[in-house]
Amino acid sequence: MNDMSVAPQKLTIKDFTSDQEVRWCPGCGDYAILKCLQRTLPDLGVTRENTVFVSGIGCSSRFPYYMDTYGFHTIHGRAPAVATGVKLANPNLDVWLITGDGDGLSIGGNHLLHVLRRNVDLNILLFNNKIYGLTKGQFSPTSDVGTRSPSTPQGSIDPSLNPISFALGAGARFAARTVDTAQKHMPGVFTRAHQFRGASFVEILQNCIVYNDATWANVTDKDVVADKQLLLENGEKMLFGKDKDKGIRFNQSSFALEAVVIGENGITEDDILVHDETNLQLARMLAELGGKANEPLAMGVLYAEQAPQSYTEAVVAQVDAFRGKKTLKDMIYTGQTWTVE
Amino acid sequence: MSSDIQVLESAVVRFAGDSGDGMQLTGSQFTSSTALSGSDLATFPDFPAEIRAPVGTTFGVSAFQINFGAKSIKTVGDEPDVLVAMNPAALKVNLKNLRAGGMLVLDSGSFTKRNLQKAGYEDNPIGTPMLEDYQVIELDISRLTLEAVKEHGLGNKDALRCKNMWTLGLMLWMFSRKREPVADWLKAKFSKKPEIAASNIAALDAGHAFGETAELAVHFKRYQIGATQSEPGLYRTVTGSQAISWGIAQGGELANLPIVLGSYPITPASPILHTLSNMKELGVVTFQAEDEIAAICAALGASYAGSLGVTSSSGPGIALKGEALGLAISTELPLLVVNCQRGGPSTGMPTKTEQSDLYQAIYGRNGDAPLPVISTRSPGDCFEVAIEAIRLAVKYMTPVMLLTDGFIANAAEPWALPDLDALEPFHVTYAKAPAGGEAFSPFSRDKTTLARHWPKPGTPGTEHRIGGIEKDFDSGHISYDPENHQKMTDTRMNKIANIAHDIPAQEIHQGSERGMLAVVGWGSTFGPISEAVKIAREDGVSVSHIHIRHLNPFPANLEILLKGFSKILVPEMNTGQLKTVLRDKFLIDAKPLNKVSGQPFKIQEVLDAIRAETAN
Repeated sequence: MNDMSVAPQKLTIKDFTSDQEVRWCPGCGDYAILKCLQRTLPDLGVTRENTVFVSGIGCSSRFPYYMDTYGFHTIHGRAPAVATGVKLANPNLDVWLITGDGDGLSIGGNHLLHVLRRNVDLNILLFNNKIYGLTKGQFSPTSDVGTRSPSTPQGSIDPSLNPISFALGAGARFAARTVDTAQKHMPGVFTRAHQFRGASFVEILQNCIVYNDATWANVTDKDVVADKQLLLENGEKMLFGKDKDKGIRFNQSSFALEAVVIGENGITEDDILVHDETNLQLARMLAELGGKANEPLAMGVLYAEQAPQSYTEAVVAQVDAFRGKKTLKDMIYTGQTWTVE
Repeated sequence: MSSDIQVLESAVVRFAGDSGDGMQLTGSQFTSSTALSGSDLATFPDFPAEIRAPVGTTFGVSAFQINFGAKSIKTVGDEPDVLVAMNPAALKVNLKNLRAGGMLVLDSGSFTKRNLQKAGYEDNPIGTPMLEDYQVIELDISRLTLEAVKEHGLGNKDALRCKNMWTLGLMLWMFSRKREPVADWLKAKFSKKPEIAASNIAALDAGHAFGETAELAVHFKRYQIGATQSEPGLYRTVTGSQAISWGIAQGGELANLPIVLGSYPITPASPILHTLSNMKELGVVTFQAEDEIAAICAALGASYAGSLGVTSSSGPGIALKGEALGLAISTELPLLVVNCQRGGPSTGMPTKTEQSDLYQAIYGRNGDAPLPVISTRSPGDCFEVAIEAIRLAVKYMTPVMLLTDGFIANAAEPWALPDLDALEPFHVTYAKAPAGGEAFSPFSRDKTTLARHWPKPGTPGTEHRIGGIEKDFDSGHISYDPENHQKMTDTRMNKIANIAHDIPAQEIHQGSERGMLAVVGWGSTFGPISEAVKIAREDGVSVSHIHIRHLNPFPANLEILLKGFSKILVPEMNTGQLKTVLRDKFLIDAKPLNKVSGQPFKIQEVLDAIRAETAN
């Protein structure tokens, strides 16, 4: 890896912006994510040449074309496998994986599962708009039950998948959630994801203005943000609401998290849980929060527990333990050989 | 009797028994000892797909055939001269191939009522007219083995597992082969279980001593098969899987590229994954992926990042890799794809050989998606072919399909060790950043080869974006322009077609450059075709043998060569795939000779077809 300390001057958003015209629909949430990442990368101290964006297929997967770094727009669902190969060839590269709910959780669900399980050192951004955009609006694995779409004219039947629960179930050691419109929240999450050594999984709630407009409105609209988003901070109490008078407590009788109001039913601030991002059981419960009307969606870093080694570090260590100890000639010329005079 | 040694030019021995009888081990150890004696040889491990089929059944029979001689050996032999049958099922399955008058060694101890029933025999065939055409040697190998290993204190079950070594000892005696290499191997293999090693060696010695001392019928002969007149040099036996793995590693070194193998377990390709996983000393990285698609995608990702991606599989796995192969063709990245073919379609016959994936290799992708296809003809040949495939992949920035098959993968033959230092390197250079602030295009091409240059992530100034969407010929940016797509499609096609001039001209393996009949083959049919043509030519038949290594594109002179013959016969272990491709490319009347039984061609089958074609 290049030594970051000798970078001659700090890069800017322009350095990470390619000369390609961005071709998402006007008003698409992807624009905001793109700008935010282009703005955040200079702060991370990375170089253009060591940064690689790998994507699958779908609207979000056009992302690499707009970044003036290395980029590989691959095939539907397979970006995690391609990105794994990039890291195996050169573990020093800084690899970002861009995927969507259809690409990452449907056709590529298997690869996403295994890249998380292995803990390959990648920054994985899953744009979740709960719809297939590029193929014109079919329901996706994260669509709400009852979604009317060209392929489900009577409403979808399939139960939807929670991306964070999927990631944690697969063994992800870093899981976070943010929103396309949260220009102040996203950079912090991206920075944490980038700092994490191993597979870091970020779900970005993203609006598809054409096929699924306002699907996240009940979480992201200005008038509901305070009540419907729980902004997690490690070591801080899980408070939300405009006046921070609401919080999350652990209900021992239902063995579940619940949203409560401080001052009601004898609840005091002492009842409110403190976020511990290294607690996997807590993370699993936080991932599912938001199902009930009074519950917020947990935002920020739900879980971050560094492993002693990422997958690629372990692979390199195994190879390096043997490297150079034999030549091919040693291998071929040993064993039972005979000479013909 | 031991002094009565008959000298033979060659012999075919087939060891057959239950899956648990250790026939593959017996065969491979007999092979080692035979190779060390300097005979030429070819082997054919013929085993069931079931890991442990029910004991005593016909579908659980595992066999190992070896043809060895003081002459050049190119096939495993049409008919065994000696059949060793460790149980009734092994006899049932294999007797039909034994040469009339051939020797049949039976473990009579296993011919119990129950085993006979399981094999489908109503009565014991021993001593009946069914076996009267053969020289039957009936020995209670089970009992003889138990006696031989008694002093080592093994339980009955473990002691009986030494039966194969007793039998091997007898066969080593019969063919005047040395026991020491086998004993050394047993000691090394069971170094942590000395009593097992000692028991097996005792059984081996007892079998040998039995041949030496027993008062047997007069037909129990001892044979001597001399060393072959091979080229001088250092030799070892090699299987196709070993040679291909070593060739891949060597190709990587010649290209000065690290190897990243992405693979998924599949019969019969898995040994390549295993062998390369044991080559970390050379910096080889192997990745057992979650599926076939991930395996090729990881390999392609590695190539994008500047290593040489390799993926190995068999037909069903190659089918899954099709889309990613298209991406490799579209992004023009080097990639080696090894298809170790097996019987198809679908799951087909995983442990049986076939060469029916030629269409898949040449045509099996969406869109106009050409890639070079290259094939191996024998285990040792795999080394050279793997290197050639890598040379083409990096020189032309293209995925290359290497076709081998289950027969070659598992078979062994003596191999003259190559002088690795004499191999010519083809070091790769990556794309350089343009001077003076010019825009970098990832799709700049070499004017001669039409290969694009290879930018390596981590290099300042060659940042770029590529993908499976059509690219502008000049800038490499996304392009839906109609004329550009025509131009890019033509360029991709011409790039591969031009390789015809960068591969060796097609040679005639045997015979003249013009004549009545050319027998044209590819892959592992090399041996039987070669032998059949040789015999026919000795009989005065006007026939030539052409063996094609490069299947797409064909060598530039192939068309002219083929048109010098009145007739073309194409023996293939498929329903006529090369035949169809040859007809398509050259408008010639190529005739098929097809066999899809999961067994290699017999020399006789090819010979009969040659005679039929040249009869008038």
